[in-house]
Amino acid sequence: MIAVALWSVAALLALAPAGVVLSTRPRGSIILYGGCLIATSTLCVTALSALLYSPQLAPSAILPIGLPWLGAHFRLDALSAFFLVVVNLGGVAASLFAIGYGQHEDSPGRVLPFYPAYLAAMNVVVLANDAFSFLVAWEFMSLTSWAMVVSHHRDAENVRAGYVYLLMASFGTLALLLAFGLLASNAGYDFDAIRASHPSAALTGTVVILVLLGAGSKAGLVPLHAWLPLAHPAAPSHVSGLMSGVMTKVAVYGFVRIVFDLVPEPVWWWSMVVLLVGGPTATLGVLYALMQRDIKRVLAYSTIENIGIIFTGLGLALAFKAEGLDWVAALAFTAAMMHVFNHALFKSLLFFGAGAVLGATGERDMEKLGGLIHRMPKTAFVMLVGCVAISALPPFNGFVSEWLIFQAILLSPQLPSWGLKLVIPAVGGLLALAAAFAAACFVKLFGISFLGRPRSDVAASAHETDRFSLTAMFALAAFCLIAGILPGLFIDALAPVSKDMVGNIMPHQVGLQWLTIVPIAESRSSYNGLLVFLFVALCGTAAASAIHRLASDRLRRAPAWDCGYPDANPAIQYSASSFSQPIRRVFGSVVFGAREIGEMPPPSSPLPARLQVELHDRIWDWLYAPIARAIGFATERINILQFLSIRRYLTLVFVALVVLLLVVAL
Amino acid sequence: MSSLQFDIAHLLAGSLVLASFMMLYQDRLYALLNVYALHAGVLALSVAWQAYVQQAPHLYITALIALAFKAIIIPVALHRIIKRLGIHREIENVIGVGLTMMAGIGLVALSMVVMLRVTPGADALAREDLAFALSVVLLGLLIMVTRRNAVSQVVGFMSLENGLVLAATGAKGMPLVVEISVAFSVLIAFIVIGIFLFRIRERFDSVDVQALDRFRGERR
Repeated sequence: MIAVALWSVAALLALAPAGVVLSTRPRGSIILYGGCLIATSTLCVTALSALLYSPQLAPSAILPIGLPWLGAHFRLDALSAFFLVVVNLGGVAASLFAIGYGQHEDSPGRVLPFYPAYLAAMNVVVLANDAFSFLVAWEFMSLTSWAMVVSHHRDAENVRAGYVYLLMASFGTLALLLAFGLLASNAGYDFDAIRASHPSAALTGTVVILVLLGAGSKAGLVPLHAWLPLAHPAAPSHVSGLMSGVMTKVAVYGFVRIVFDLVPEPVWWWSMVVLLVGGPTATLGVLYALMQRDIKRVLAYSTIENIGIIFTGLGLALAFKAEGLDWVAALAFTAAMMHVFNHALFKSLLFFGAGAVLGATGERDMEKLGGLIHRMPKTAFVMLVGCVAISALPPFNGFVSEWLIFQAILLSPQLPSWGLKLVIPAVGGLLALAAAFAAACFVKLFGISFLGRPRSDVAASAHETDRFSLTAMFALAAFCLIAGILPGLFIDALAPVSKDMVGNIMPHQVGLQWLTIVPIAESRSSYNGLLVFLFVALCGTAAASAIHRLASDRLRRAPAWDCGYPDANPAIQYSASSFSQPIRRVFGSVVFGAREIGEMPPPSSPLPARLQVELHDRIWDWLYAPIARAIGFATERINILQFLSIRRYLTLVFVALVVLLLVVAL
Repeated sequence: MSSLQFDIAHLLAGSLVLASFMMLYQDRLYALLNVYALHAGVLALSVAWQAYVQQAPHLYITALIALAFKAIIIPVALHRIIKRLGIHREIENVIGVGLTMMAGIGLVALSMVVMLRVTPGADALAREDLAFALSVVLLGLLIMVTRRNAVSQVVGFMSLENGLVLAATGAKGMPLVVEISVAFSVLIAFIVIGIFLFRIRERFDSVDVQALDRFRGERR
């Protein structure tokens, strides 16, 4: 089984050089993305069968590559299998989407060779069973995605995004490298050996913090998120979908693998740290998302929010596991994993939709879109599904996982530690706030872009996207619905993962009446997605038909003067900024340091009135900018060394040598 | 090893350091080259003596290479270069001779302390040899640092390399391949530097490296 997986990865790697050749052919991109589609489907099916039929088997393999005394270890246990499914489901969807979407690429040579390599790298990270292969694949994943981020390098903003991304990726890898270095100090690089070792408490604590920094910077935890909203939108849309939907999940995998699997039993303060990072990440992420006008940037910030939710779930699992309540830990962990799966589905879907809009109009700015539901009805429909799902509304999948996380939060009074007892409800409050903002954010995204009237000529002349893209998006939308109305299947499939990681499983769900899910006991709470779906469908249909029958056909009289706007200009519609203004007013001055500058010309002047809004990224201003300034200052001082004469260089070398010898001698 | 053999090895290595000191205060180019030839000759003698003491015949080849290349071919070639460049009358003084000599003495003391401290387990000959070799290397660097003329910097580099060879032959069992490759790399470095000398000269009418600095708009 693992052989099939590794051969598929090898096939993906082999496709990478082929991409160089194929990028010059007219239909090359179809062949390449088709090849990726086949390889990722194989991987997906393999992983799924491993997860469903033989999760305890955990086959492993050692290849004679990498470090000579170590080799490359691979292992396919339940956790790897689950994340392989997530990665490759995203890969399948993105490849299918790209068969259509990739044909419009201006410079395919900058994307095609890196795309399969990127997929292969993500698979290897998940399969790796030793620190060396893990880190090499991790770095490879960062570099290949970086190459695609700067594929449209003529745009100065993309170059900057690539630069920031490269810096943060190096920082993350450095943190992980140090973490593995500490773990390997008494065990070696093989994960099996690390598992068997018994590191000291101080060491594991440091490792957990380092992993939170390393994996967290890749996943986009606040305050390490700065690169994410720059880099994710800069890549071509199918790659954005992969980066946001899948690569952040690979980062979550790295965190879970080390913190839940490689180091011994957790301590309660780990969960405190994770929760205190996760909750604010969720809220801040979505607040930033609400302020954006660029569709892809909204989606990227929303990824930060969802990562916050996932890490909150993981923090809860750590807390409950540390305090011995492993049945609740299983609930929180399963919820987090379900959210990993769900977010991969709907975030890919939404990025593909944004890509379709971008392809049809050439615009990412919501203020220039509008009315697309008439020109792109199918895309609009799947985007609506994605928006509803990501807003965590039933009957879609987003609701289930967030509901399960809240179920775990509601059990926090059972914890003995007072610190956690106080912090977890506060984090729950932040999550609830984030969920509400997410709904507002996606109402804005869908409403401004797809409803109303076109705000620009390109939006007015948009056309529906191609069949492959639509197929990919519809498939993802269907998965969102299925996962929403049959969550029991998914919870049961996740049981072996939760068994491996937290030592317990959630109650068995399949076989309960009417496909209900019961996280703890029937007396406490239960949810039935199917019933909700039927109810929503019936009510919706009934309401729509009633309105259609009773209202649409009636004779109407149009007002003669129409409130002084007989010829409504699209520009007077509700805009994206006006939609988010109330929330900006409430939170703006604290979170964003927002300032509104109104410029009203005197009466009788024909000049237009202006309203300018200034937003500051406080984290950037207070954390990143000082660091950047300090480094800039230091390099400017050191820069003198770049322009010395030969003799001075010789003198420097000579003095350095003498000083070192003096150190040895004294 | 008898004490006579040891003393002779010691004497030769010590004369190498002495030759380095002589190079340090030569401010005429021809004189510098002559001392360099002497330096290389002493090196060849020293290596040959090591070959005899260690009964390692391949070291004779090393000695021969040192004699042929470093004591004859390179000094003669440098003589010709200096003549063609017309700089045989140039006198260069960067730091006063007294100060340079003091620095040189300090360096020798430093290398003695370092080597005697870090190699307590090695045999006496190797220890002394390494200490002298390190002194020669440091003095070679000092020559390069204190000279302004490109030719004398080349000479400093060559004397530095002599120190390396001395260290290598003092340690028993250095393969011949290493020595030959080192000799070739020195030759190639010499050729490259020689070509550069002429290029620099063509462009700036001088081989004083200060001309390069002036060209880059630097103040002195």
